[in-house]
Amino acid sequence: MTRLLDIRGLRIEAQSREGRTEIVKGVDLSLNRGEILGLIGESGAGKSTLGLAAMGHVKPGCRITGGSIRFDGLELAGADARLLRQVQGRRIAYVAQSSAAAFNPAWRLIAQYCEGPVQHRLMPRAQAEAEAVSLYREMRLPDPERIGARYPHQVSGGQLQRAMTAMSMSCHPELLIFDEPTTALDVTTQIEVLAAIREVVRRHDAAAIYITHDLAVVAQMADRIKVLLKGREVEEAPTREMLAAPREDYTRSLWAVRNFQPAPRDEPAAPEPILSIVGVSASYGTHPVLRDVSISVPRGRTVAVVGESGSGKSTTARVVMGLLPPTAGQVVFDGQVLDPLSRNRPRTLQRRLQMIHQMADTALNPRHRVREILGRPLEFFLGLRGRKKEDRIRDLLDQIELEPDRFIDRLPGELSGGQKQRLCIARALAAEPELIICDEVTSALDQLVAEGILRLLDRLQREMGLSYLFITHDLATVRSIADEVVVMQNGAVVEQGPKAQMFQPPHHPYTEKLLSSVPEMDPDWLTRLLGQRQMQEKGAA
Amino acid sequence: MNALLKTLRTAPLSARIGMALIAAYAVVALLAPLLAPYPEAAIVGAKYLPWSAEHWLGTDMLGRDVLSRMIYGARNTVGIALLTTLLAFALGAGTGLLAATLGGWFETTSSRLVDVLMAVPSLIFALLILTIAGTSVVALVLVIAVLDSTRVFRLSRAVAQGILTMDYIEVARMRGEGLGWIIRREVLPNASAPLIAEFGLRFCFVFLFISALSFLGLGLQPPTADWGSMVRESAKLIAFANFSSWQAATFGLAPLLPAGAIALLTVAVNLVVDWVLHLSSGLKE
Repeated sequence: MTRLLDIRGLRIEAQSREGRTEIVKGVDLSLNRGEILGLIGESGAGKSTLGLAAMGHVKPGCRITGGSIRFDGLELAGADARLLRQVQGRRIAYVAQSSAAAFNPAWRLIAQYCEGPVQHRLMPRAQAEAEAVSLYREMRLPDPERIGARYPHQVSGGQLQRAMTAMSMSCHPELLIFDEPTTALDVTTQIEVLAAIREVVRRHDAAAIYITHDLAVVAQMADRIKVLLKGREVEEAPTREMLAAPREDYTRSLWAVRNFQPAPRDEPAAPEPILSIVGVSASYGTHPVLRDVSISVPRGRTVAVVGESGSGKSTTARVVMGLLPPTAGQVVFDGQVLDPLSRNRPRTLQRRLQMIHQMADTALNPRHRVREILGRPLEFFLGLRGRKKEDRIRDLLDQIELEPDRFIDRLPGELSGGQKQRLCIARALAAEPELIICDEVTSALDQLVAEGILRLLDRLQREMGLSYLFITHDLATVRSIADEVVVMQNGAVVEQGPKAQMFQPPHHPYTEKLLSSVPEMDPDWLTRLLGQRQMQEKGAA
Repeated sequence: MNALLKTLRTAPLSARIGMALIAAYAVVALLAPLLAPYPEAAIVGAKYLPWSAEHWLGTDMLGRDVLSRMIYGARNTVGIALLTTLLAFALGAGTGLLAATLGGWFETTSSRLVDVLMAVPSLIFALLILTIAGTSVVALVLVIAVLDSTRVFRLSRAVAQGILTMDYIEVARMRGEGLGWIIRREVLPNASAPLIAEFGLRFCFVFLFISALSFLGLGLQPPTADWGSMVRESAKLIAFANFSSWQAATFGLAPLLPAGAIALLTVAVNLVVDWVLHLSSGLKE
């Protein structure tokens, strides 16, 4: 094994309005040919900055203040633009998190694939196209001969991510950097992308840095794992060693997240349902999205709705909230049939039914301060004013574990992702609701932060007897917090029942597929799963 | 207010120059009667006097003091332009935000109406209306405001449509907030940056438009001083000027002075607008 990349004592500084802050504080990193290194840590740990630095690139506003980056004998820290151009894209390739944003929507996939090798004068266009087709085949894209002729919006998210990985291989790079390539994908799609990436990296004998916050994913992909926290290295060890025996407390806490269990509660005998969705069908225009969906949420319980994207989970929430009138069926809340449209519902009913969105970023008005965000529902629903309102805002901030004095005058832009989501929860709580619909509230957050949110929701449920309709695609979350589980596919309910029963075989085939697609912490899991699926396919054929 | 001051302090040099120039224009316009050495329309000397200590910028073809007319012109031209722009914004932004938020028939009708207005070349349209209605200041302001409000309508509607897709609007709607709250408290604060930038640009266009109409003889009527008609009155002099001596050459500069005043204000406003646009784009560098 020869050393390909050697980073020593790297320091990177970011310039912001408040001055300079060091975001990478002296990190060492080495990588041999044919090796995959996993970089993990929560957001803000400096994973992406380090990943980009490995190709000699820093984001605008950042600069390298110390250390060296040696790639195959070349010094990339402070190298001139000409040298970087020769290396970037050609010998080192980068795969970004959002392939939809990384592709130019106006060009066909294959044209974008060929741009690199042709520009770098590595091969004529015809050869590049031929190689593209063979890589598309390796990446197990459907119809590899013709898929290159499509535009980015004409293929699915998982296919686009694979097309981007193929594109990154176009110049036969020696080093690939993957920055959370599967974070935006469903579990079932994630498997395919992971398998394809792993195979392609191995076959071409390239080295790779795999950046993610998902431990189970990194366990499948990496030979070695490096854990980062706030710009510093926590520990580094071969994958199996680290999984078996993490040395540092921080690493152990990352591991522990997956084992979150809510506090046990006494089980009253079959509480009456607070919300019943009865035979609801809905469509966007003429395109049907929900077919005869019936779900009921018992008072004080959590019902989790799971499924891939496009399965109709969020649409169900929109129907309940009165944003999309159903074409058939009705929604019953605490014995009353709800009007199909939110604006026709009495204010008292609107108050008792609240929703928390997936993206806290877009759910908070960026020009409103915390005081106003929490104050408005208090004023609107409860008629609180002046001193009383101020006190209640402070209570709410206390409840979501944000210090009132520090946070009450902030704008959403001055909060972290987890704090924003907490604020959204507080806004829902301000109305003193009985049922909260949580639409993927943790999926945009990294695991430690997500765990904090789940703990908070669990505590609030115990203290106030709230009921949750919890929409998610993450089965680990379901396993930890749900009382009942509803599995949806293509706008219909496939299976539903108490959690214990749902996680016990026998499963509906779709549930089986979902369950088996959730990465496990076992490094052999992906290999085993792929083996099993191949066997099944052979059996079926 | 504090936040505004803080933002002002971060303004780059170009924006500071722009703001200083605009402030200077404003002072001149507001204090015109105090600053001008002679009355606006009085004949105070011989025709076409060259620059001298008595008449700093000479006199025009009737013997009126050019400097005084320039100073009063600032008040008339800039004041009317500002009033017109404000009116155009009240009209355009109001209907634009309302159309985006309400949707439905109101949006369709107002959008098609705006399309029709925009299809007619605005200068021709203004000439037509002013010829029919007569060239009073009120007619001038109304016609230009209505014509310009179409652009503001389009911009504010497009900006609002982007904002209305955000989840926080959905949250407000689920809460049962009324139309007024949604437009004023949820949409407007987020649309303000592009609207302010557009305000600066619109102001320049209105200003040039009034000058253009005055140049054509349909804007402000004599003897009211305004820069557009001053350019028109002295435009031909540039061809007859004798550039052999310094004194004689000033005669040829006559049309360039009001034209320069127009150009300088336009540049100044744009320097500030550039900066506001930059702020609203959210770029850090």
